[in-house]
Amino acid sequence: MGGEKLNLTLKIWRQNSPDDKGQFEEFKVEISPDASILEMLDELNNDLEREGKRPVAFESDCREGICGTCGIVINGHPHGPLPKTATCQLHMRNFKNGDVIYLEPFRAAAFPIIRDLIVDRSGFDKIQQAGAYISFNTGGAPDANSIPIGKDVAAAALDAAECIGCGACVAACKNSSAMLFVGAKVSQYALLPQGQPERYKRVQTMVAAMDEAGFGSCTNTYACEAECPKGISIMNIARMNRDFIKAKIVEQEVDI
Amino acid sequence: MGWLTTSLNRSIGKKFVMALTGSLLMLFLIIHLIGNLTLYGGREAFNGYVETLEVVKPVVRVIEVILAAIFIFHIFNGVRLWWENKKANPGKYAINANKEITTFSSRTTIVTGSIIFIFLVLHLSTFWYQFNISGHPETGSFEFYDIVVYWFNQPVYSIVYIIAVLLLGFHLNHGFQSAFQTFGWNNKKYFPVIKLTGTIYAIVISLGFASIPLYFLLTGGK
Repeated sequence: MGGEKLNLTLKIWRQNSPDDKGQFEEFKVEISPDASILEMLDELNNDLEREGKRPVAFESDCREGICGTCGIVINGHPHGPLPKTATCQLHMRNFKNGDVIYLEPFRAAAFPIIRDLIVDRSGFDKIQQAGAYISFNTGGAPDANSIPIGKDVAAAALDAAECIGCGACVAACKNSSAMLFVGAKVSQYALLPQGQPERYKRVQTMVAAMDEAGFGSCTNTYACEAECPKGISIMNIARMNRDFIKAKIVEQEVDI
Repeated sequence: MGWLTTSLNRSIGKKFVMALTGSLLMLFLIIHLIGNLTLYGGREAFNGYVETLEVVKPVVRVIEVILAAIFIFHIFNGVRLWWENKKANPGKYAINANKEITTFSSRTTIVTGSIIFIFLVLHLSTFWYQFNISGHPETGSFEFYDIVVYWFNQPVYSIVYIIAVLLLGFHLNHGFQSAFQTFGWNNKKYFPVIKLTGTIYAIVISLGFASIPLYFLLTGGK
């Protein structure tokens, strides 16, 4: 392991509060190619604290690419330039000695910046609460496999459920649209028998919540799919569109 | 009807309006191009075609009103989406990586659309107005072929026309596949076919329309 350390110039977005204007601050770092980008920020923050300066605020949790907490726009790419890789899984070996790296928060009106690289993604929570669940009476756990589900259907549902709700789709979209996220959440239920009773109600309430949270409208540029760390397909958006249109035309109206 | 306005004002509703009106306009363009191609048949063929339309004038008028409504919905809704989406997106990143992952056609619909709109006004104020109301700009006659010759023999007019229909091609290249996606008529199996068909459609329409002023410029239409 190891190898030559990399000398990098970081341009990191610094912003004290949501109302602050914010600007880039430059840092020079020397880092092992085996470090992840978050470990590099940890080291930078150690140095800053030692010098009595305010550390760079960023979010992280699992650091294994499944929780959706981390999310930095790295050189213009949400989660960085590697496809299907979350920020925490991006290692410095993907950069060259002497590189200049821009680190910015996800930018969207619906994701106000709290501080530095941290944004408020509670808009996603509101969308989830509007329908990303199934309703059933509690009681004894039903037998496993009591409802047979084909392998292909299960696989498609799980592909949609792979969405970690990080918000990279919103960050990548020129319209700050959340449709890839909502499409994935709608689809994971729409594909399974357990999701059927509330299928057409769910798509209406979740789309309404998405609009109310201030996300833009999809114009089908597909930047979201290209930047998604989990490779969520835009076919989930097509499914959501299909369900929404069907719901509005022939199903019970729930959004007035 | 509260549900209808609510539905059409939802984000997917607005997309649906764009896709539906856009699809109808794409059908109209096919018919319009087929009609225009009679210009290659010379004076008799073209005048004969326009006079056939004159016979069914009331029907044409109704279609024109419907078309105008479709255009207005498409333009109004498109500008509104652009404006709302701009408000939803506060600004650019230091490095714009969007170019690497999206197509030129998809990023520029508002620009190509706006130019097409300006062209549409010019187009209606010349060809439509003179075919229907004023006649030939110099003689006032309703010799339709001569009106076409008059305009397409002017290099500036023809070049503006050609540029506008080429930009229309980019607009259509995005719009065709986008409509399928918005209607939800899409999956991984036939998406490549939809995209290819859309690109072929866009090329045929834009080159088809562009070829006509080019032909008149080169031959004088005689």
